[in-house]
Amino acid sequence: MTETRRVPAVRPHGTRAFTVEFDDVRAVMAHHAAVVAADLPGVAEVVPAARTIWVEVDTTVRPVAEVAAVVQDLAPQEVVESARPVVEIPVRYDGPDLEAVAALAGATPEEVVRRHTRVLWTAAFTGFAPGFAYLVAESGEWLPEVPRRAEPRVAVPAGAVALAGEFSGIYPRSSPGGWQLIGSTGVWLWDLDRPEPALVPTGVRVRFVEVG
Amino acid sequence: MTRHLEVLDAGVFSTTQDLGRHGLMHLGVPRSGAADRASLMLANRLVGNDEGAVGVESTFGGLVVRAHGALSVAVTGAPVPVRHEDRDLAPNSVLRLRDGDVLALGRPRVGLRTYVAVGGGLQPHRVLGSGATDVLSGLGPPALTAGAVLPVGPAPLAEPTIDHVAVRPPRAGVVELPLTLGPRDDWLHHEARDRLLASEWTVTPRSNRIGLRLDGAALALRHRHALPSEGIGLGAVQVPPHGQPILFLADHPVTGGYPVVAVVDDEAMDSAGQLVPGQRIRFRLSQRATLTPPDRRR
Repeated sequence: MTETRRVPAVRPHGTRAFTVEFDDVRAVMAHHAAVVAADLPGVAEVVPAARTIWVEVDTTVRPVAEVAAVVQDLAPQEVVESARPVVEIPVRYDGPDLEAVAALAGATPEEVVRRHTRVLWTAAFTGFAPGFAYLVAESGEWLPEVPRRAEPRVAVPAGAVALAGEFSGIYPRSSPGGWQLIGSTGVWLWDLDRPEPALVPTGVRVRFVEVG
Repeated sequence: MTRHLEVLDAGVFSTTQDLGRHGLMHLGVPRSGAADRASLMLANRLVGNDEGAVGVESTFGGLVVRAHGALSVAVTGAPVPVRHEDRDLAPNSVLRLRDGDVLALGRPRVGLRTYVAVGGGLQPHRVLGSGATDVLSGLGPPALTAGAVLPVGPAPLAEPTIDHVAVRPPRAGVVELPLTLGPRDDWLHHEARDRLLASEWTVTPRSNRIGLRLDGAALALRHRHALPSEGIGLGAVQVPPHGQPILFLADHPVTGGYPVVAVVDDEAMDSAGQLVPGQRIRFRLSQRATLTPPDRRR
């Protein structure tokens, strides 16, 4: 019996890259795991995101259409738990948007903190800034999704723990940002003096721990 | 001290550049590197370096440097008056500087970015394998300032075999850039898609190594909701809600939340890196193939 599997749609991105589309971030993670495992010749860059995987091809090795066809046809893989230990992030839940987030979620601030620290988070992808991990709750929904702030802040401090949509994140350095700030940490997400600068690369799990 | 280049005046804006950081975009690390890669590679070839050696990218000229030790240098890209002590020299040539000699770049006649390569390559502090200054992420050496000291590597084993090349300078006036539609051209209204190709776009002064902010007849988007951020590459033409497109250059972000409606051919991006504020662009459909034949997309 042949199992029918829907092949993800592909959109062209210039003559050397393409964008593969998925329904949700979990489908992205499963397909991204397959792309990484396949270690395809000619693939120069792979950028997973919320609903897409962007692939850049070294066209001197292989034509872009050929790589796209192979990537499209890969069977999504179970996202295997990272062998790396869970990264614990100590958080002071003192963010200026904590009250607003609680109101949006129909919960108390204490309940938001309790849920944020209870759930195990996984880095679905990195982007926005070096080391900025988009964390998804491992057990699916942990809170109703919170929108970005209507007006982005000009400067969000480094170490701000924030929420937007289905994601939680930690600002690696001070930058403009529209995420809802619920807390802060002294942990550096990106440190060029470490052998691996990113503390939370894709696939690594995170637990937030409340500190006084 | 070993051979080095001393910056006496960084001019308007100068950075060290090579061919950037590769294979790290999934960590949020942009590629960066020379905005006009072909010119940097040519300068390196002239002095006998690997094409990807680190050189100086001088924006709008004005760079003044002093040689410490005997150095061979080449100046390429936007053509500028090159003054070596009391002599005027031709660009796209190999110049031999003696210890203490001063080399001064004037303002470019056409184009924006001039490249200076030194035999042996500059050796700034490398970050993630590259000496490129990335103005978006802050990775790499800081932009050059007066007093900066750039160590020079051992002279290449092979002496340069040519001392001058004829190069077509960057274009003045309207520059035509070929592009392919997608990935999000369906976010444009039909009229907007036609307008993208039919109208002229002016490079605004708010442009930099991250991208060219263009000014022209605004492009209306079909959707008002946000696009979940997705990966973007060099040459991406992104349309924010106000409808004035951005053409992304070397220091472009790795992901973006506004739709990328078209992508300029990689081969044309070196000339895009030479566009001066006030200069105009016209886009045309590229003859090159994307992965989807256009007739399947209509």
